[in-house]
Amino acid sequence: MRESWDSRERIAGRAGRVTGQANTSGDAAAPPPVGADLRISVNGAWHALTVDTRESLLDTLRDRLGLTGAKKGCDHGQCGACTVLIDGRRVLSCLTLTVSLDDESVTTVEGLGLPGAPHPLQRAFVEHDALQCGFCTPGQICSAVGVLAEAAEGRPSLVTHRDRAHPGGSAEPVITGALPLDEEEIRERMSGNLCRCGAYPGILAAIAEAARAGEGAR
Amino acid sequence: MRPFAYHRPETVAAAVAQAGGADVMYLAGGTNLVDLMRLGVLTPATLVDVTRVTSATIEQTPGGGLLVGAGVRNSDLTAHPLVRSRYPLLAEALLAGASGQLRNMATVGGNLLQRTRCSYFQDVTKPCNKRDPGSGCPARTGDHRNLAIIEHSEHCVATHPSDMAVALVALGALVHVEGAAGARQVPMPGLHRLPGDDPSRDTVLVPGELITAVELPALPLAARSLYRKARDRASFSFAAVSVAAALQVEQGVVRDCRIALGSVAHVPWRAGRAEDALRGAPATEQEFARAADIELEQARPLPLNGYKVPLARNLIVRALADLAAVR
Ligand SMILES: Cc1cc2nc3c(=O)[nH]c(=O)nc-3n(C[C@H](O)[C@H](O)[C@H](O)COP(=O)(O)OP(=O)(O)OC[C@H]3O[C@@H](n4cnc5c(N)ncnc54)[C@H](O)[C@@H]3O)c2cc1C
Ligand code: SF4
Ligand code: FES
Ligand code: FES
Repeated sequence: MRESWDSRERIAGRAGRVTGQANTSGDAAAPPPVGADLRISVNGAWHALTVDTRESLLDTLRDRLGLTGAKKGCDHGQCGACTVLIDGRRVLSCLTLTVSLDDESVTTVEGLGLPGAPHPLQRAFVEHDALQCGFCTPGQICSAVGVLAEAAEGRPSLVTHRDRAHPGGSAEPVITGALPLDEEEIRERMSGNLCRCGAYPGILAAIAEAARAGEGAR
Repeated sequence: MRPFAYHRPETVAAAVAQAGGADVMYLAGGTNLVDLMRLGVLTPATLVDVTRVTSATIEQTPGGGLLVGAGVRNSDLTAHPLVRSRYPLLAEALLAGASGQLRNMATVGGNLLQRTRCSYFQDVTKPCNKRDPGSGCPARTGDHRNLAIIEHSEHCVATHPSDMAVALVALGALVHVEGAAGARQVPMPGLHRLPGDDPSRDTVLVPGELITAVELPALPLAARSLYRKARDRASFSFAAVSVAAALQVEQGVVRDCRIALGSVAHVPWRAGRAEDALRGAPATEQEFARAADIELEQARPLPLNGYKVPLARNLIVRALADLAAVR
């Protein structure tokens, strides 16, 4: 809550005020905001931006670039609603400082596909009714894109490691190469994306279908 | 959030030089630091982004170990074939921590230096000796359900939250550090410190020291190892108690072992007393339980976290029994 006021104030040009607790920095002693120039690619288009060093990628996307797909569920890394892809890897935009992304490429849910030409995972989410309110959906879909790519690269999850790659810590060679995604794997790999509506059965079915079709990974 | 200057140096020397001033902090994955800055818990005036200066590579050492750059992302470390085959307890500890997105962001250096999840520490409207020395420790009489049972002090009962660090303590990893006074190596356990009368310091590092790498020793015994984590939900949750264990059994007798506990103390806890009790003992559940009890004799649970004592005992026994059974 405090953070969203903070960003609105900055956009309204009243950036000098520091919100937050009195014992962190009194208004009188508040240092001025610091700006930084950078170049960032979002969904294939390059933008030259001057940002406040405090600005999160999530706020840049939503408030500055008008890309409101990524959602601010918690702003503390706990819900996954803000998930986007940086260089193809899923990350949390709420804990990423935009200033650190000079020359980086970001893909948001808007960049995966559009209503006329959806990404296979977007289509699977619609077909499996994998949402109720839809607030967590963009984060779920971006995260699932990351999951399919990680499994295709043979990156393990905790359940892979315990049950298949390395039973009980024996010194057998680990399994490498593409990993199959069963229900248990999908649940574990998607555990960073919470759904307040409990649409998990549909989410699971949608990702399982995309995994089977082997077409979700980019 | 307090405004801050941002620098992204290209060399370790430049990073260390820039960290010399007051109120400077290193930024790596940002998953803990940005959160704590947003909460007002940390208020650096300058951030030195070290993602370009700390190595993101994993190299084999001449001695048969691995040298892991401090900038290696948690997800890349856990996916490395040599980590998975030689140090499964480390691969599993990393995979048991946080979420897929967070592991893609989090680095080895940042993971080691993440701060406690004690709720009073994270709430700037509450007293807390760790955040604000001398203000008191409300957790002692308040919510300490998930806090320490071993070697806490009247000044602080916090736990260190890292899963990875528990595995590194079991392995006896060596932390490579570079600071204004030069380079040094800090063995684990030994990086993190007990709260004593100064809980504001989590580690023995001095301000401005940069972790450049973590060295994993050659440890054949670790090829037979695992990490077990008990928590409130099945995934994406900090540990209630966790155990990292490695076991070498010959003709039914424990030849060597490594045991460390997570979420029981201000430091990732090496269970040295249990290890000593086990070496040379028969590899049976009774002996595993005896060793666990010897370790946990020193536990001093608080009113709300007594559950951690039997939980730690059972986790140790289960982990060792599983390791002994696989043959
Ligand atoms: C919702 C959530 C759930 C989580 N669950 C778990 C969990 O279950 N288990 C677990 O273990 N962890 C968990 N974490 C914590 C996560 O593992 C840490 O936040 C992460 O490892 C920190 O790494 P980082 O690179 O992002 O560090 P940063 O946030 O960038 O930095 C952390 C600290 O380390 C310092 N630092 C960073 N790099 C260096 C360096 N090279 N040298 C010196 N100082 C340095 C910074 O100044 C800062 O003080 C969770 C985090 C979140 C947000
Ligand atoms: S346990 Fe430590 S971190 Fe928690 S309130 Fe007490 S002093 Fe602060
Ligand atoms: S808004 Fe980023 S994880 Fe919740
Ligand atoms: S559909 Fe409502 S939060 Fe997931």
